[in-house]
Amino acid sequence: MLDKNGIAKRIAKEVKDGFYVNLGIGIPTLVANFVRDDISVEFQSENGVLGMGPFPFEGEEDADIINAGKQTITTLPGASFFDSALSFGMIRGQHVDLTILGAMEVAENGDIANWKIPGKMVKGMGGAMDLVASAENIIVAMMHTNKAGQSKLLKRCTLPLTGVGCVKKIVTNLAVLEVTQKGFKLLERAPGVTVEEIVKATEGKLIVDGEIPEMKI
Amino acid sequence: MINKTVSDVSKALEGVADGMTFMLGGFGLCGIPENAIAELVRLGVKNITCISNNAGVDDFGLGLLLQKHQIKKMISSYVGENDEFERQMLSGELEVELTPQGTLAEKCRAAQAGFPAFYTPAGYGTEVAEGKETREFDGKMYVLEPAFKADFSFVKAWKGDEAGNLIFKGTARNFNPCMCGAAKITVAEVEELLPAGSLDPNEIHIPGIFVQRIFQGEKYEKRIEQRTVRERN
Repeated sequence: MLDKNGIAKRIAKEVKDGFYVNLGIGIPTLVANFVRDDISVEFQSENGVLGMGPFPFEGEEDADIINAGKQTITTLPGASFFDSALSFGMIRGQHVDLTILGAMEVAENGDIANWKIPGKMVKGMGGAMDLVASAENIIVAMMHTNKAGQSKLLKRCTLPLTGVGCVKKIVTNLAVLEVTQKGFKLLERAPGVTVEEIVKATEGKLIVDGEIPEMKI
Repeated sequence: MINKTVSDVSKALEGVADGMTFMLGGFGLCGIPENAIAELVRLGVKNITCISNNAGVDDFGLGLLLQKHQIKKMISSYVGENDEFERQMLSGELEVELTPQGTLAEKCRAAQAGFPAFYTPAGYGTEVAEGKETREFDGKMYVLEPAFKADFSFVKAWKGDEAGNLIFKGTARNFNPCMCGAAKITVAEVEELLPAGSLDPNEIHIPGIFVQRIFQGEKYEKRIEQRTVRERN
């Protein structure tokens, strides 16, 4: 089974040379730590920066340079700043190659819910609805089950949707799955995890086709 | 040169009244019009509608207006950093229209650029699209979103000149440029107000035509929400 860093490490393998990548808050943010350093990648933050670098050294924080999680950041050579309309133009216009974000629920048809629990948590969708509606390549990073042990990979989402039919790939602590016309297709198992365990933890339709390899991370 | 300078924040906010709709720039606490917000608190205008990506934190930014119950309605994309906001929203005291961030930005830009509405894929199939016109283009579904209408825009820039030309810094740019000229009156506050001719015309982000009033902010606290640093090794 993978921990959060393990999930991030596995997703980092999906990041290819020349990609512009938008990372959501939570596990997705960790992905930046594991991207190979022999490829060229630029991270976009939807509040208005391309070419995000690591956190600043202590004493060098600049209140005017933050990421979408409101964290102080630095920029790398080649970076640029822009306004919010242009930033979402980049996203809506599909100029960003890969979007990685977290989710509360994903359905077997690719629907995603990650912004609201009615009556409980209403923080807002931020840029998530724009990102999922527009991106061609969306990977969801999440735990396979919630804290109560219930599956987060469902037949249909129970929470208010963020977007419909948009998720392409999911990396969880247990597995890598692809969303297909027929349901969740199991691609890889996390180290030490059996197919049976994944079947048990998946409520939506799971397609297990032949031998399922263990992930290499 | 048409001079847009006003002497101070109280002159800059002349004409604001109860029940008006305001646009306020900023992302989190980054690039917010700190001086205009302080003046709105001082003036005590009530029943206002605020279009702003976030709602500040409990004791800073728009949180200051929320504390005094001056806001009737918020139009935002993310309000997670403010407990008082969540309390007022869940109790029904505060009306909230949550809008996807890119749609929020574009609704400002549409108002600035003279578009009455636009189609966006964001929110299709979700509660955000309920009651809205939808349309298919090339096999994909889109939602019709109208431009915002507002009485005042309050924006914050890094440098500005007497002609109202603005230059922003870093990610403090965010919604500020999109809100310039998107309301009946745009009020820009700047860290440094310079004589016309001091800024290179090639470097201007927003031309003064979009700004009616400009003033130098008295002070900027520039509070950091999430101070993240790395070790030196």
